[in-house]
Amino acid sequence: MKKLGLIVNPIAGMGGRVGLKGTDGRDVLRRAIMLGARPVAPDRATAALKNLAQVKNLVLIVTCSHEMGEDEARMCGFDPQVIHHVRSGETTAADTKEAAYKMKRDGVDLILFVGGDGTARDIYEVVGGDVPILGAPAGVKVYSATFANTPELAGIVAARFLTEGLPVREAEVMDIDEEAFRKNRLMSELKGYAKVPYEPVMMQAAKESSTGFDLADQKAIARWMVDLMERGRMYILGPGTTTRAVAEELGIYNSSLLGVDLIMGHKLVARDVNECQILKKIENIPATIIVSPIGKQGFIFGRGNQQISARVIRKVGKKNIMVVATPHKLSTISTLRVDTGDPELDDELQGYIPVVVGYLQTKMVKVTK
Amino acid sequence: MNMSYHQARWARGDRLEPLVFELSSKDRKGIRLPQKLPARPEIPDELIRDSLELPELSEPEVVRHYTRLSQMNYGVDLVFYPIGSCTMKYNPKICDELAALEEAAFIHPDQDEDTVQGALELMYRLEHFLSEIGGVSRVCLHPSAGAHGELLGMLLTRAYHSSRGEDRSDVIIPDSAHGTNFASGAMAGFHVVIIPSNNRGRVDLEALKAAVSDRTAALMLTNPNTLGLFEDEILEIAEVVHEAGGLLYYDGANMNGVLGKVRPGDMGFDIVHFNLHKTFSTPHGGGGPGAGPVGVVQKLEKFLPVPTVEYDRKRRRYYLDYDRPESVGKIRSFYGNFGVLVKAYVYIMMMGPAGLREVGETAVLNANYVMRKMADVRGFEVKFNGPCKHEVVFSAEPLKRETGVTARDVAKRLLDYGMHAPTYYFPPIVPEALMVEPTETETKEELDRFVLAMRAIAEEARSDPEKLRRAPTRTAIERLDEVKASREPILSWRMYKNRAKL
Repeated sequence: MKKLGLIVNPIAGMGGRVGLKGTDGRDVLRRAIMLGARPVAPDRATAALKNLAQVKNLVLIVTCSHEMGEDEARMCGFDPQVIHHVRSGETTAADTKEAAYKMKRDGVDLILFVGGDGTARDIYEVVGGDVPILGAPAGVKVYSATFANTPELAGIVAARFLTEGLPVREAEVMDIDEEAFRKNRLMSELKGYAKVPYEPVMMQAAKESSTGFDLADQKAIARWMVDLMERGRMYILGPGTTTRAVAEELGIYNSSLLGVDLIMGHKLVARDVNECQILKKIENIPATIIVSPIGKQGFIFGRGNQQISARVIRKVGKKNIMVVATPHKLSTISTLRVDTGDPELDDELQGYIPVVVGYLQTKMVKVTK
Repeated sequence: MNMSYHQARWARGDRLEPLVFELSSKDRKGIRLPQKLPARPEIPDELIRDSLELPELSEPEVVRHYTRLSQMNYGVDLVFYPIGSCTMKYNPKICDELAALEEAAFIHPDQDEDTVQGALELMYRLEHFLSEIGGVSRVCLHPSAGAHGELLGMLLTRAYHSSRGEDRSDVIIPDSAHGTNFASGAMAGFHVVIIPSNNRGRVDLEALKAAVSDRTAALMLTNPNTLGLFEDEILEIAEVVHEAGGLLYYDGANMNGVLGKVRPGDMGFDIVHFNLHKTFSTPHGGGGPGAGPVGVVQKLEKFLPVPTVEYDRKRRRYYLDYDRPESVGKIRSFYGNFGVLVKAYVYIMMMGPAGLREVGETAVLNANYVMRKMADVRGFEVKFNGPCKHEVVFSAEPLKRETGVTARDVAKRLLDYGMHAPTYYFPPIVPEALMVEPTETETKEELDRFVLAMRAIAEEARSDPEKLRRAPTRTAIERLDEVKASREPILSWRMYKNRAKL
């Protein structure tokens, strides 16, 4: 019998309808309730669970008490095992983390959570890449790539993952600064890469549903990047799984997933470097920047890779910037964005640029501020 | 809508119609071979097999087997077949009859030119018909499929630039293009540069201008494009590409939408491929014989594959010309799929210029009729406004948002209504795409039936979405595991035996 961890963040999404752009923190929740916000997560949870009902006899649900999972599971006809008790009406992020910890300890096959980016982040911080996770969207901010398109589809993907077996892939977990977001500034940080079930139709923007084979595309991109590499040139490799694939194509398996690495002559020269270290290393040699945009938002500079600063970009030169992205990721992005902190440079980077999307394949994509 | 359709389901016990190999009985015969076999030809011993492992059946068993299989299938001879960009029009039987004549079906490509003057004349004339229709100066009939034509087009592009001492690496392709374009560019060794469509569903000129450079070898363009929309800035597009020194390649898959109305050559295209099995009504052969002739403007003529068919006026004789030093060489054995060429020739002769023009007009009228009739079917929308050409792309996104039912489910359910599914999830720039190409050979009543079925399916999505997720259920085989089918295909009896450990 397969074990499915279920975590419902009961307050997720409550700030959305009342314009609060999130529900992180007690005060915000209180304000949301005062403004008339109602819980949305329980309905989303039952919508997802309904699609798991067919495989009820094959799956044991492991969850938290009350509205954090037990209530919703029972409503859909499951007999869940409660491993974490919460005080109804007073649940916090600590409960999410505690539950995730216990689920990891108990060896669940998948954690299905109902919430937003904050919930994804809390769970990811506890389970890392050890347990596959899958989100049913209920939050205000759903920028992470760990979510199915709808709660219903999350249920279907979970059922298929548990009973038929789907491959897993790594998906970005994003952390958005809510305070800044409320002021209409999108500040985000790449938190890491969670393992999620890979289902090309339901887990992706439907746009490229028929062709999305992310891992194969990453490999193809990496192969071409390596073919293009020149000896005597320094390659500044930004964060992300696509750029990591480039390092792996060179046989470098200890590159930093979230940091910036330097590669030259097919060797890792320096790992997880800061701006000064980069500038020093490229002082007298030609260099190329290889970066991958952040999913959905499309930032290529200024988010998660501030080490590649305006000074670094100027030194390297616009024509030596190579942007790499799988067709799947590009489909979630309307335009590429830059925020280097140097308005003049941001202006210079505007317009269409080629993005490497496969072997011998680029796509023209617009850069905006 | 009255749901009375059910596909035939021939089965023995709990298994569908067995394979022909499984029906075999030892020593049963369909035909009697001559008692006295001719003297054994000189075949080296190591190439001679003890057994051919051919199935042994009587003639009625064979006929019934294949008739049953045909009844568990969809085809243009049976049902409406609106699979977009494939132009599944009805193929007149007279074309098949004439292609089956002894003079066409029983000649050999190695025969002396003097004994096949009629066949050569047919190819010569067909080349000239296609040149006229495409607005190009010469046409090569050899390629066996549209994608094969694309590859030849790319090889011609390379030859042209090389002859001018230029090494151009980039082929530009819009993101709405057929998947084969990207593959053909890459197979010919080019770097593929994809440009986005604009908010009108057409080539984004700004992106095109940013993409062209002195590395540009060609732009591959389909017009009307895969959204069924005419690229109305084609003259400006052509100017941008030509000014950069590149060539313009026309993917002829959608020519049915402009047939007799506008010629690719007049739009500025330098290389044009035709899909005889689409526009010119030769059957799509299940991956079997097709034909994708390629036309070129004058400056590219000398690079065409060998041999060309020529006419010697003095001796009043057709002949094959292999003496073309700048040719890209051979792209296929002999002269193309001759039987297919015969069918296209008959079709063109039968239709004449006025008939072909009417084909284009009716194909466009039918697609616009379906688009308009679908306008009030809740759940589907058309992303780009304005009249379409031969096909229309609906998005089932509203239906999916409302009910969770996807374009795939809708397409599968349509099979239950006795119609083939449209192309789905293509072009990739439209979410939940359903690409419908009715073609000119359908009646108004048939188009109305299609719209009724779509309306009924949208209602079912609301009342019983689970039924749609399971569809099709009224077909010989219910929903297939597409992942398994594409990852672990069983393509031969031998593979089947190995897999089943027989």
